[in-house]
Amino acid sequence: MSEKQKKLSISSKIEAIDTAVIKSVDFARKIGCSEEAIFGIDMAVREAVANAVKHGNKLDETKEVEITLNKTDDGLEIKVRDFGKGFDVKSVPDPTDPENLLKESGRGLLFMQNFVDSVEWHDHPSGGLIVKMIKNC
Amino acid sequence: MAELNISERQAGDVTILDMSGKVTIGEGSVALRNTIRRLLGEGKKNILLNVGDVGYVDSSGIGELVSSFTAVNKESGTLKLLNLTQKIQDLLAITKLLTVFDTFDDEGEALASYS
Repeated sequence: MSEKQKKLSISSKIEAIDTAVIKSVDFARKIGCSEEAIFGIDMAVREAVANAVKHGNKLDETKEVEITLNKTDDGLEIKVRDFGKGFDVKSVPDPTDPENLLKESGRGLLFMQNFVDSVEWHDHPSGGLIVKMIKNC
Repeated sequence: MAELNISERQAGDVTILDMSGKVTIGEGSVALRNTIRRLLGEGKKNILLNVGDVGYVDSSGIGELVSSFTAVNKESGTLKLLNLTQKIQDLLAITKLLTVFDTFDDEGEALASYS
């Protein structure tokens, strides 16, 4: 029986982001996602997990980032949860606005939205933020 | 193994940085930042980033390219890009940065543009 769900946790340090990406890509490959879809999953998971590590959990290694991968009829659902205070997505400036073009940071959400088919942010009832992404494979 | 390898060579008053690996959050981005800052400290303000062998860039990596660009500009220098891969080109297009950077496919043309 093929795996339909995978859950993993990483500690909130930069070096752990690669682990989350590698395992997510591995799962995507196992469920038969195309290489093009896998590239998008790789990019989006990296951004979501990096945000959770850096902005959500503030690099607090006592806090984990939880990643849940679910095979769907059309592809893959990815949830990334941090244990931070959440944030207002609408408050993130548009990095493609001319006044923001030369800013060093602020492109993570743009990357996520570009590389998967849908992205939603929800507050977790027990605290923290969940990013839910859907990628058609 | 380092995430990003940077080797340096000089062509007249242009410093070419041949980069290979990944420019991502953490080690890769820091390596690029440190190299650019060191070059500026040495008075080397004309810099050409050869990214032909950079296989992976995330948003932090793009941010580091931007940061390098602005740091060099601030010192009245010029930073340009050489050998963009299709992936990097796509990322710069998504982020509307293709019009910010001067990019080249030919090293000779890139070097001539600094004159």
